Amino acid sequence: MPNLVEIRDLQVKATTDAGNIIPIIKGVSFDIAPGEIVALIGESGSGKTTIALTLMGHTRSGCEISGGSVSLAGRDVVQMTARQRQAMRGTEVAYVPQSAAAAFNPALRLIDQVIEVARIHRTMPMPQARAKAVELFRALALPDPENIGQRYPHQVSGGQLQRLSAAMALIGDPKLVIFDEPTTALDVTTQIEVLRAFKSVMKAGGMAGVYVSHDLAVVAQIADRIVVLKGGVVQEIGPTEAILHRPAHPYTRELLSAFEPVAYARAAQPEAAARVPILEVANVIAGYGPLGPDRMPHKLVLKDVSCRLAKGSNLGVIGESGSGKSTLARAIAGLLPPASGKVLLNGELLEPAAAARSKEDLRRLQIVFQLADTALNPARPIGDILGRPLTFYHGLKGAAKQDRITQLLDMVRLPKAIAHRLPGELSGGQKQRVNLARALAANPEVILCDEITSALDTVVAAAVIELLKELQRELDLSYVFISHDLSTVQAICDEVMVMNGGETVETLRADSLPHGARHPYSQLLFASVPQLDTGWLDGVPLRVAKSA
Amino acid sequence: MAVSFPTPRRLGYHISWTGILAATIVLFWAVIAIIGPWLMPHPPGDIIDFEYFGPMTGELWFGSDYLGRDMFSRILMGARYTVGISLAAVVLACASGVVLGMTAAVTGGWFDTILSRVLDALNSIPSKLFGLVMVAAVGSSIPVLIAVLAVIYLPGAYRFARSLAVNINTMDFVTVARARGERTPYLILKEILPNMTGPVLADVGLRFVFIVLLLSGLSFLGLGVQPPNADWGSLVRENIGGLPFAAPAVTIPSLAIASLTISVNLLIDNLPVKIRDRSE
Amino acid sequence: MNSQIPRLVLGRLGVAAITLLIVSAVVFGATQMLPGDVAEILLGQAATPEAVAGLRQAMHLDQPALVQYASWLWGLAQGDLGTSYANSMPVADLIGGRLLNTLRLGAVTAALAVPLALTLGITSAMYRGTLYDRIVSTCIIGVISVPEFMIATLAVLIFAVWLKWLPALSFGNDVQSIGEMLRIFAMPVITLLCVICAQMIRMTRAAMISVLDSPYVEMALLKGASRPRMVLRHALPNAVGPIVNAVALSLSYLVGGVIIVETVFNYPGIARLMVDSVATRDLPLIQSCAMIFCIGYLVLITLADVIAILSNPRLRK
Repeated sequence: MPNLVEIRDLQVKATTDAGNIIPIIKGVSFDIAPGEIVALIGESGSGKTTIALTLMGHTRSGCEISGGSVSLAGRDVVQMTARQRQAMRGTEVAYVPQSAAAAFNPALRLIDQVIEVARIHRTMPMPQARAKAVELFRALALPDPENIGQRYPHQVSGGQLQRLSAAMALIGDPKLVIFDEPTTALDVTTQIEVLRAFKSVMKAGGMAGVYVSHDLAVVAQIADRIVVLKGGVVQEIGPTEAILHRPAHPYTRELLSAFEPVAYARAAQPEAAARVPILEVANVIAGYGPLGPDRMPHKLVLKDVSCRLAKGSNLGVIGESGSGKSTLARAIAGLLPPASGKVLLNGELLEPAAAARSKEDLRRLQIVFQLADTALNPARPIGDILGRPLTFYHGLKGAAKQDRITQLLDMVRLPKAIAHRLPGELSGGQKQRVNLARALAANPEVILCDEITSALDTVVAAAVIELLKELQRELDLSYVFISHDLSTVQAICDEVMVMNGGETVETLRADSLPHGARHPYSQLLFASVPQLDTGWLDGVPLRVAKSA
Repeated sequence: MAVSFPTPRRLGYHISWTGILAATIVLFWAVIAIIGPWLMPHPPGDIIDFEYFGPMTGELWFGSDYLGRDMFSRILMGARYTVGISLAAVVLACASGVVLGMTAAVTGGWFDTILSRVLDALNSIPSKLFGLVMVAAVGSSIPVLIAVLAVIYLPGAYRFARSLAVNINTMDFVTVARARGERTPYLILKEILPNMTGPVLADVGLRFVFIVLLLSGLSFLGLGVQPPNADWGSLVRENIGGLPFAAPAVTIPSLAIASLTISVNLLIDNLPVKIRDRSE
Repeated sequence: MNSQIPRLVLGRLGVAAITLLIVSAVVFGATQMLPGDVAEILLGQAATPEAVAGLRQAMHLDQPALVQYASWLWGLAQGDLGTSYANSMPVADLIGGRLLNTLRLGAVTAALAVPLALTLGITSAMYRGTLYDRIVSTCIIGVISVPEFMIATLAVLIFAVWLKWLPALSFGNDVQSIGEMLRIFAMPVITLLCVICAQMIRMTRAAMISVLDSPYVEMALLKGASRPRMVLRHALPNAVGPIVNAVALSLSYLVGGVIIVETVFNYPGIARLMVDSVATRDLPLIQSCAMIFCIGYLVLITLADVIAILSNPRLRK
């Protein structure tokens, strides 16, 4: 049987703002057989989305296909006229976007957008298209399939929108469906639902697919073959099982190694619990908006949360978006003063608001944010950024300050020359290290880490975790480590607190994870984390699935 | 998750030819505003030609005006009024607008609410109308003109600076500084201001154009710079009688205004861009 | 969800009312800054102390500013615009007919400008980067960069001096036929059109482009939608709010434009009346004219905001 897609020596060039032309896809070739699902995997900047879009003859603004061919069912997409491409989109190749919430037009009803392909290309009469859409909704396990189409995009949840976008892609019976990181923006418990729905409709329809992702575990569930990309070049192509178990390329091995469970092996500290905890949070209630008559904020985010952090140990806080885990960090740091409840540092009560705390209290408790891009002032050189807390807390000036900056950069394994650079000139991993160094500059006792590895590629994230552990050994730190990712939390924490809907679900010892969970929500959460095993998705019991 | 890594490349600037040309003209008028009076061949108030609305000649480069005065000298002198008054007004408007805007964004609360409400209300008075009312009430002198123009364009500068500062204020680096215990002046000067200089400068340029246009308009109505002094707008007004025969006395000041304002606008649209190459 | 709409609309109307109050305070307050005394200025040479005191009492100038403001506002609300200083006629009589003339000029201009500007703005956003777009954008930069009086004088130069098609001045009172009316209206309207359209096209184009850059329009492209379909079906419904706002904001330039245009073309409207009264410092007249313009502008902006609220799809049920 001939291949459905044949990409040969594809080259894409981008024109930068300054008019320079740089290659971003450098001679990529691979095939897709009919009915086969091929995954494009790589880190940000690998060109995976760019390649996927060329299958529709589309490039984002500023980019251009500069060479090679992309043949789809025997016709070269690159050579097509605009009209031919228009005719092909939606009927032969369809696209499932990364963020369905942004890809649905807020002004139109869902059903009209789902069946729009049939309307544009006149593939079938409208009543028939509507009936088919309802059928697809049912197949994708959407609630109330008869009527959900009558709603507007802002009236359904993110997981439902993502499935609706799949229905929108499948309505034209395409030969090939492109999935562009369709579950990346979703929480794990929603992701598992969406993945399961995608897999079943793709299998039933016998369609070929391209699945773009950075997550090997997700891809392992759905793809027949995997193309590993880096910097616009193919590193390795192979069947999923072979890539997962017998990777040939060093880069593939590197990607896989980031998935290996790193148990946080450390001598147990039985006496730790007995001592006064370094940080204690007791019955904290916090939220946003004006205070109501009961002196409680309008929108309550934290509903009575308590936790303890023993000196020298690490507490993980895990939960999905909206669970209140980041708000907890802000409440502890005094950025969002709690409406009631206590925060104790070394047994001493802290003022609720940061502005009211003493400099000494502020110094001992530092917070590090998720996105190093926004956490570092882009207009100031690294030296200034690190120097400010030194002057502010310790009154350091001149040569003493410079020496300490060099020392701090050395601690986070960065060259001292970086002190003269601006944040924009650094890579994501480097920025996160500077971000950490700024917290260290205060000589803190507790560091609140808010999702600090979530925006990093897996390999870089693993290195940052390693660094955190080393620093802990050297400087006697205690971390509160907030994350949505179980494996990161497991890699560094002694205890893990599971949060949901602003409340503590349960607190578990890290070495008992994931099977030690007793609460049904924790069990669901842990079971939903994709495993590097092709059979994982099918093996997860259906009852775990909650309605997204 | 898509996170872009800007690759550290050549850190140069790139400017288009339009930008260079526009910058040259703006610079030219700025220099004229400063040294113009020393280049004048005749005193601007002296009647030196028997003819009025005289044509361009080797002696009188831009012809003569409705009284037979040398237009070339009057244009040079007018540059000082037009550019000078507008510049003073724009600096006043933008400096106070930016300071108030940043303070409102960082402190929030009732200070922000009241200031924003009042300045928004001022903004809803059409600029030319506001100018008319103020000039009618207080009369027209150069300090009054500068103050009136600054007051008219302050709300716009405030609103622009505030919206920029509000966005920057939500960034994590400001939150980090707050968590560190920094006070408002530090937040404004060190964390927020350095991140809005580019857009604020562009806004200053844009507002400068508005002010030049409004000043010329007021002068054209006879409510701006008063005789015997004359900015370019007054020159057009004085010599409007020469319009039917397209005398240089009316076309040249018009062209002067247009060349200044168009150049500033083009310069803003073609500001040097920092070369930054994207990888995806 | 739907109960939000009346609340938002009411809120917007409340804001408009507060704004109007502040504006009236500013307009009134400006007259308090007058150096010297109105009574002295009015009496001029005949300003004996007794005459001044008498006039001050008659004009209630001896009362505190706040009381004067309140009584002025109260009069305004009842349609009493006060008496002109210059010729002792009721301001309402002076304004009456001229307001109609100005409204006529504004209405004709708006009726022509809105469809023209929307078409040009939307199409230039649709064909962004093409020669057509660049020509439109260049013309706009040219027009918005020059003062209104230059466009007016240029129009006179071209149509009246060189082509001799139209008269250089308008006299709205002695109109004999429709043809003559068209000729009188032509030059002011052409000038105003240039000014208003340039602003409106620029803002419409910007509003449209920000919507065209959204992911859902790219999604429509990837569904095989044609360019007109992407623009008309996907982008336009979401751009209604910003576009209506752009239109209302550009109409504010109508006020500035009208002031210049009526002066240049000697058009007997309220704006020229106001410019003339600035020279005589006829404050009641200036205040009334200013309030009329401000109210007109506020009504437009508030209307635009209400339309934007009603067209917001996220508030729909």
